[in-house]
Amino acid sequence: MSDTIDVMINGERRTVAAGVTLLELLASLELDPRVVVVEHNRAIVRRPRLPGVTVAEGDSIELVHFVGGG
Amino acid sequence: MTTAVETLRDTPFSIGGRTFQSRLMVGTGKYRDNETMVRAIEASGAEIVTVAVRRVDLDRTKEAGILHHLDPRKYFLLANTAGCYTAQDAVRYARLAREAGFNEFVKLEVIGDQETLLPDVQGLLDAARTLVREGFKVLAYTNEDLVTALRLEEAGCAAVMPLASPIGSGLGLLNPYGVRTIKRRLKVPVVVDAGVGTASDACVTMEQGVDGILMNTALAAARDPVAMALAMRLAVEAGRSAYLAGRMPRREVAVPSSPLEGMLD
Repeated sequence: MSDTIDVMINGERRTVAAGVTLLELLASLELDPRVVVVEHNRAIVRRPRLPGVTVAEGDSIELVHFVGGG
Repeated sequence: MTTAVETLRDTPFSIGGRTFQSRLMVGTGKYRDNETMVRAIEASGAEIVTVAVRRVDLDRTKEAGILHHLDPRKYFLLANTAGCYTAQDAVRYARLAREAGFNEFVKLEVIGDQETLLPDVQGLLDAARTLVREGFKVLAYTNEDLVTALRLEEAGCAAVMPLASPIGSGLGLLNPYGVRTIKRRLKVPVVVDAGVGTASDACVTMEQGVDGILMNTALAAARDPVAMALAMRLAVEAGRSAYLAGRMPRREVAVPSSPLEGMLD
């Protein structure tokens, strides 16, 4: 088994460590889980569940936050 | 002689069970910098402030997000679904916004045309019904069509938001009759969203009797956004007061203001 996997994060292919959780992924990207919402394969993952969800090869992850808008 | 000045008594401005003091709502897009935005919002007196949901820029994750500049205890953050062209997308964005945010309110936009950013009313109604079912308080951005506004109310929207003119156009209130009619017929609050360009537009819009106005570009694209924000605050108050005061009838002929009697021979 390979040590790394490829996933799509915000539409970009990224290589991450195999077995990484969503919370660890946020930490590696230096993102504060309090201001980022995670969508994992089109399903929203609430903050308390972030440590319990492991990322798998080919997963699609969207990381969104609030920006200026009208 | 004493003059009694009776203060105009206004009804509270409530949407979806929340009551606000200011009838002016403002957006946070397109400001040249965050400091100007914060000062403009303060000058506007607005309590409801809109934000959009977008992907995090993975190369710039250390930059402070907009929440760093807007205290959620001070402002009621209203997320929008701007940029969505289908009901499905709008619902997805609304769910993400609820997760990111502090309330179940959403400013629902489903756009049908790229050039005019006019709404897709069928998509809007579909998304509104889904979101209302999921417990959202939906504020629906729509055109000034009465029948669509009535359907949005029937769908359970907390407020209906007809446009004054296209988003970011600054053309002012193009269809006062349409907006006035929507306000007359709906029970839910009617907040005009988009198209106001300057203070007189805001004043005329409020004079139609609508409950409030939401604007963004009129402030952000003004040469001095902070000064324009103050002008808009005053214009919204002036327009509201004039509406409550009830304007004089229009006449096609002059009526003298000074007595006809007592003129010299």
